[in-house]
Amino acid sequence: MKPIFRGGLPRLSFFLLIIIALGLLISDYRGDSVRPVRSALSVVLTPIQWLVDIPTSIADDISTVLLERAVLIKDNNQLRSSSIVLERKVQQMMVLRAENIRLRELLNASARVDDTVLLTELIGVNPDPFQHQVILNKGSEDGVFIGQPVLDAGGVMGQVVEVSLYTNRTMLVTDGRHALPVEVVRNGMRAIALGNGSHGELDITHIPDNADIRKGDILVTSALGERFPYGYPLAKVVSVLRDPSRKFMIVKAKPLARLNNSRYVLMVGSKPPVLVGVQEPINSVPEEEGQP
Amino acid sequence: MTQHSPGGLMIILGTFIVAMVLSQIPLPVILEWWRPEFVALSVIYWIMALPQRFGVGSAWLVGLMLDVLKGSVLGINAISLTIIAFLTLQMHKKMRMYPLWQQAIVVFLLVVVNQFIFYWFQALAGTSALGFTFLIPAVVSAVLWPWVFVMLRSIRRTFKIS
Repeated sequence: MKPIFRGGLPRLSFFLLIIIALGLLISDYRGDSVRPVRSALSVVLTPIQWLVDIPTSIADDISTVLLERAVLIKDNNQLRSSSIVLERKVQQMMVLRAENIRLRELLNASARVDDTVLLTELIGVNPDPFQHQVILNKGSEDGVFIGQPVLDAGGVMGQVVEVSLYTNRTMLVTDGRHALPVEVVRNGMRAIALGNGSHGELDITHIPDNADIRKGDILVTSALGERFPYGYPLAKVVSVLRDPSRKFMIVKAKPLARLNNSRYVLMVGSKPPVLVGVQEPINSVPEEEGQP
Repeated sequence: MTQHSPGGLMIILGTFIVAMVLSQIPLPVILEWWRPEFVALSVIYWIMALPQRFGVGSAWLVGLMLDVLKGSVLGINAISLTIIAFLTLQMHKKMRMYPLWQQAIVVFLLVVVNQFIFYWFQALAGTSALGFTFLIPAVVSAVLWPWVFVMLRSIRRTFKIS
């Protein structure tokens, strides 16, 4: 390298690069124009995300191998009995559903459609403490779209914010930038659940002082945001503080989904034209079939 | 000095892939602030060791990759890594002369700059900061620097990258 370039070249390229990066930053912040760049780059980087996941999956495999027979038998029995309980509920559900459809027809209300579901595995967690995001191993190849709701066995986990070919990034409901319209199961009162950036806590904001909300109330999605289907459980109210000096109550809720340790999650397809014919049969589980 | 073996490039790339994987490995919630900035440390090392091969442009590219991997707004890490790459480039000759602990102090300051830039832009994009906790990674990185330095140097010497 000629010494003559030492002074000038790095400085020039430094300013150029900073300006390009600022341009990227502004266009990413203001709109969707750099989304193709991002998803192309994340396809290239997908192997790194797989690498990150290897230690966890190996640990999982080892603990499966080391499990004792007795434990397995016990687990199996437990699962069998819980499956019987669930199947009984499903039987009732069939009757209830038929009844519901008839009543809705009587009322001329539109029927509720069953949602298609895609089983997904979690392969990474965003290490940035400010962002509650996880990386899941289904991408646009599998029909995942931005805004798609993500659930686990307990309840709503979050929604997809970024899709690449084979993976997607899901923002959890506890992220400081996430808000979700909900309603109280007991009386149908509507509210909005905001993530506040701390793990395992949601703020229910703008509840008037005289509203009927109690500790232990279950909040479900109200579908008013037009993203989440109606009626999936989100959180349980853990504290209600009435402060006469404030206009609104301070209500805290705890998410029902196990946000920190669910490995298998479900993505609900509420955008049928995209999902039709894309799912593989192994991955798609009709929601209310009780088959194990 | 003049001929660059293509193998060397692969090794450098390999160290960055390892650094990126380490920056993504999930940690328990209590430890999540205690993660050293492995990628920034690797950038500082390679600029100090091979300023003629690894410059601000490479740092920018690494930063862009890191942005995509972290899911942050595109360009934040590119900017912060380019800036610390530039600062390191300005003083790499001095830094080579320092004993390891003194290098660690410089590394601390560089990572502080990195963290400040990253969280400033992060705050502009809508996430709030919690006091000065975001400086913990700078301390951890500085403490870890001697080991990172010795390890990367032995890698560089084993594969004769120059």
